[in-house]
Amino acid sequence: MFRRTLSRLSWVDLFLRAFQLVAAVVIIIGLVNTFTTARYTSGQWATLVFSGLAQGSIYALIALGYTLVYGILLMINFAHGEVYMAGAFSTVFLAIHFARTGFLARSPLIAIVILILFSAAISTTIAVLLERIAYRPLRNAPRLIPLITAIGASFALQYTFRGLYGTQFRAYPDIAVLKGTWNILGFDVPLVQLVVFLAALGLMVVLYWYVERTRAGKAMRAVSEDKAVARLMGIDIDKVIVSTFALGGALAGAAGVFNGLYRPQGVFFLMGFFPGIKAFTAAVLGGIGNIPGAMMGGLLLGLIESLGPNSVLEGLGIPATNQLKDAIAFIMLVLILIFRPQGIFGERLAEKKA
Amino acid sequence: MAMLEVRDIHTYYGNIHALKGVTLEVNQGEIVTLIGANGAGKTTTLRTISGLLHPRQGSISLDGEDITACPAHELVYRGIAMVPEGRGVFAKMSVQENLEMGAYHRSDRPGISADMERVFTLFPRLRERRRQVAGTLSGGEQQMLATGRALMSKPRLLLMDEPSMGLAPILVEGIFDTIQAINKEGTTVLLVEQNALMALSIASRGYVLQTGQIVLTDQAEKLKKNEMVQKAYLGIE
Repeated sequence: MFRRTLSRLSWVDLFLRAFQLVAAVVIIIGLVNTFTTARYTSGQWATLVFSGLAQGSIYALIALGYTLVYGILLMINFAHGEVYMAGAFSTVFLAIHFARTGFLARSPLIAIVILILFSAAISTTIAVLLERIAYRPLRNAPRLIPLITAIGASFALQYTFRGLYGTQFRAYPDIAVLKGTWNILGFDVPLVQLVVFLAALGLMVVLYWYVERTRAGKAMRAVSEDKAVARLMGIDIDKVIVSTFALGGALAGAAGVFNGLYRPQGVFFLMGFFPGIKAFTAAVLGGIGNIPGAMMGGLLLGLIESLGPNSVLEGLGIPATNQLKDAIAFIMLVLILIFRPQGIFGERLAEKKA
Repeated sequence: MAMLEVRDIHTYYGNIHALKGVTLEVNQGEIVTLIGANGAGKTTTLRTISGLLHPRQGSISLDGEDITACPAHELVYRGIAMVPEGRGVFAKMSVQENLEMGAYHRSDRPGISADMERVFTLFPRLRERRRQVAGTLSGGEQQMLATGRALMSKPRLLLMDEPSMGLAPILVEGIFDTIQAINKEGTTVLLVEQNALMALSIASRGYVLQTGQIVLTDQAEKLKKNEMVQKAYLGIE
């Protein structure tokens, strides 16, 4: 009996090791091939790095919503992509209105701030309603049940917004001041990427400060460690849980506007699905439940997605590599779940009693 | 009128009938102990008083006001604090942050820092480790932290669940000395203990709990001499 478990275990280990080795070899071959043939200039690589960071910071903002909620409730809010969509999709109409009245051209900074606040407010409202209507009644249910509910809520939200705004793609208006480039270390960086990256970074710093330093943030950490003891301290855990959803929603709403400014292809009712799953990947990559982990995971995923196709896949002679971005993100998710399920910064899940 | 009056409470865990009519009283300024074997319902009684559980039957009142349906987080405002079983410190938060959580419901900053000073005087070890993460403290230090954290809420009634659990005998004496000191400063204490001898030696009265019911109550001194208590809880044949 013991021998059998032993041999079975070692076979699985062996297989995983071999798999790890093959994956590493494939990646290295790809990298070596790319760089020995000097396909791209350093300027081109820098472009990829900057766009990866901008995209990554959007992932990071959304990922924080997954990780905050998971930290408190040990639940994956799979409708979080729709929370993001709700803000981004609703705000596009306000943005178009601002562009039409000329407000956006006259005072772009104020206009963008208003758009961000508006989008954050919409996403926060949706996130809070989601908690109140869909998740709170199931707080003591087995863990699979809120997960199924989340998927249901996700469809419900998608088609509610389809009903509200229709099936059309709608693009955020161009903002003239964001069109330029900025020279950093001799590389021309599109201003919009810089703005998105810095603004997202600013929000993350504020969030980190909030969780680490403020009374409400400390209460949040206390609830995530032990709900019963937190209640004994006089903390109303329902309020803390609602504020966690609200915070995650606000960040997702801001990410929605950043995405609109950064990517011209427009928004529509299904737009939340891919960023949602990718941000989830980023949260898992950093270690779900870990706030700095979600930030780093987002940035890292953005970089890998941006650099991966050109540096690894092209070296392997795979055609049309840029269309494989999404594949890279999901291969990453699978690899993390196999080899380091606790993520880069995460602790082992077994430590927390689910 | 007693400060805390528990009248015939019945508490359930799902379908398990854990408390089958517990009645007890704690008067202002007393140390009262609740002793009993494992699984007798001691922790359940404290969790019911602190509002983490609610009884299906019976009532609990504090200073004559009914608190039976009061949620746990509101009872802190009425002056009840609990040191939970297994100490329940926030392991990832620093010693200082744990103490701040104890004063979560208070907004008088000068009062809070005065009380933190008082806790540090009571437990100098905590002052040395105030920036340290609570999970890295020893068991005895965690007990000090849990006690100090409860004191930070300025409780009138302190519920303590097995403060001696898992501690070396020398530390246990220290903990019991502290409980007496806290009591002398005016905090009423309801103490749940398996270490019945120690508990009875600092308490004024005691209750004996058996399978969810109070089977005996008396002055602590008399309980110590009671034959049944000696046999069952003091290990004296």
